[in-house]
Amino acid sequence: MGNTSSMLTQYDIEEVQEHCNNTFSQQEIVSLYERFCQLDRNGSGFISQDEFLSVPEFAVNPLSQRLLRMVDGLNFKEFVAVLSAFSPRATLQQKVEFIFKVYDTDCNGKVTFIEMLSVLRDLTGQFISEEQREQVLARVLEEAGYTKESSLVLSDFVKILGNSSLKMEVEVPID
Amino acid sequence: MGSTGKLNSSSSELDLDRPNIEDYLPSGSSIQQEPHGKLRLRDLLDISPTLSEAAGAIVDDSFTRCFKSNPPEPWNWNVYLFPLWCFGVVVRYLVLFPARVLVLTIGWIIFLSSFIPVHFLLKGHDKWRKKIERFLVEIICSFFVASWTGVVKYHGPRPSIRPKQVFVANHTSMIDFIILEQMTAFAVIMQKHPGWVGLLQSTILESVGCIWFNRSEAKDREIVAKKLRDHVQGADNNPLLIFPEGTCVNNHYTVMFKKGAFELGCTVCPVAIKYNKIFVDAFWNSRKQSFTMHLLQLMTSWAVVCDVWYLEPQTLRPGETPIEFAERVRDIISVRAGLKKVPWDGYLKYSRPSPKHRERKQQNFADSVLRRLEEK
Repeated sequence: MGNTSSMLTQYDIEEVQEHCNNTFSQQEIVSLYERFCQLDRNGSGFISQDEFLSVPEFAVNPLSQRLLRMVDGLNFKEFVAVLSAFSPRATLQQKVEFIFKVYDTDCNGKVTFIEMLSVLRDLTGQFISEEQREQVLARVLEEAGYTKESSLVLSDFVKILGNSSLKMEVEVPID
Repeated sequence: MGSTGKLNSSSSELDLDRPNIEDYLPSGSSIQQEPHGKLRLRDLLDISPTLSEAAGAIVDDSFTRCFKSNPPEPWNWNVYLFPLWCFGVVVRYLVLFPARVLVLTIGWIIFLSSFIPVHFLLKGHDKWRKKIERFLVEIICSFFVASWTGVVKYHGPRPSIRPKQVFVANHTSMIDFIILEQMTAFAVIMQKHPGWVGLLQSTILESVGCIWFNRSEAKDREIVAKKLRDHVQGADNNPLLIFPEGTCVNNHYTVMFKKGAFELGCTVCPVAIKYNKIFVDAFWNSRKQSFTMHLLQLMTSWAVVCDVWYLEPQTLRPGETPIEFAERVRDIISVRAGLKKVPWDGYLKYSRPSPKHRERKQQNFADSVLRRLEEK
């Protein structure tokens, strides 16, 4: 009659908590651990792409492939760290940083026109033509004072997205 | 609902395992308050709603919940209760279990020693043979139920044999079938299983008119559909039992009902089954456990407690589509058995959701972008 949560000691929980800047409570971490073990069906210590995609609600998400690249092969500690951006306790800066990372596929600290276009392609699919997508993005960039050639850094993202209307919160169920 | 038109055209062929999830999904999930005004850069770059949805699904999702085994609360973590529990283990494994194996063995001996002669000797007298075989199958199922000390309470009138009716029930484990079968010899539609269960299916259960299919084989569907239609027309056939969820769910939720059973033009008699988890979780998690292991688990527990309700027969209302009908029956069963309804297709256990789903989300976003582009 083993219980998965009993495998986490207080010490482990505190370590994970520290790793994610205390954005999750201890109870939430226990819940996340149960969930992690549930998703990690073969018990390999990380959740494979296939295991992530077995959650239909995730598989149908337009950004799922992009997110998979960020969460692939993470152990529990890193998994919690990625999710910490969605905690109500995370700062706006942390949330924007996460969004920035989703855009910045080559991790060079700059988001180019191509990268923005590619996220927009994921979001709109076949319902906007490639040509129109480019036009829209170029126009909106120019209106905001950038050009097609300029690449955006994190501080630009903070400036653009950094007001309180950013809603990016996920509640961890505790039972 | 724009897709109903498309749907009707395909409903003439009995579509057992390719449902349209879209028809069941609440459209509210992706509707945020419609943003207005001119499109700005932040509107394009702000992907937080989509990200939150994805993260929400990683943290918790209704689909996985349907197939999660919920073990009974451990109660033995206590110096006083632990010896009691140990004593229980000894009784269950060393007294109850052997006794139950014995009961089951006797059951099989009685069953086989009468079934085989009846099956071969009464070749010419089909009517009699059918009647006796039906009776014998009910007997062996009673032995099975006895082998896990099944405490089953049946509510409502017992089913009678009539043409043009199908019974539909929620599905938790293969033992649902055994529990229903011990009262009435139903003919069931079931996935073909490997191993000894498969052998039983193709020999004994075939004689009560059960129909087997293979989820993975597309051409099976048409054959099964035809068999179904033929079966419900025969006045002398055993009543048909269908588990329209198509897969075992953990008895806390109901997943989408496949519309096949509701397109036959028959009266649909809902059956609700609710297990009491006081001694054992009757959910068969087929990914983690073979059926043999599942049976052993049941046979080493104190008892399997469950309620079965035979509910009021329903017919297709004028103007109702088979899908609406299926949903109405699912409602009735869910309410009676106290189950939560989720909009997922149980077959997603075996396959990925169709890209249509994602496309719908993309279309929503694209539409809003294009619309706001026009606004000044």
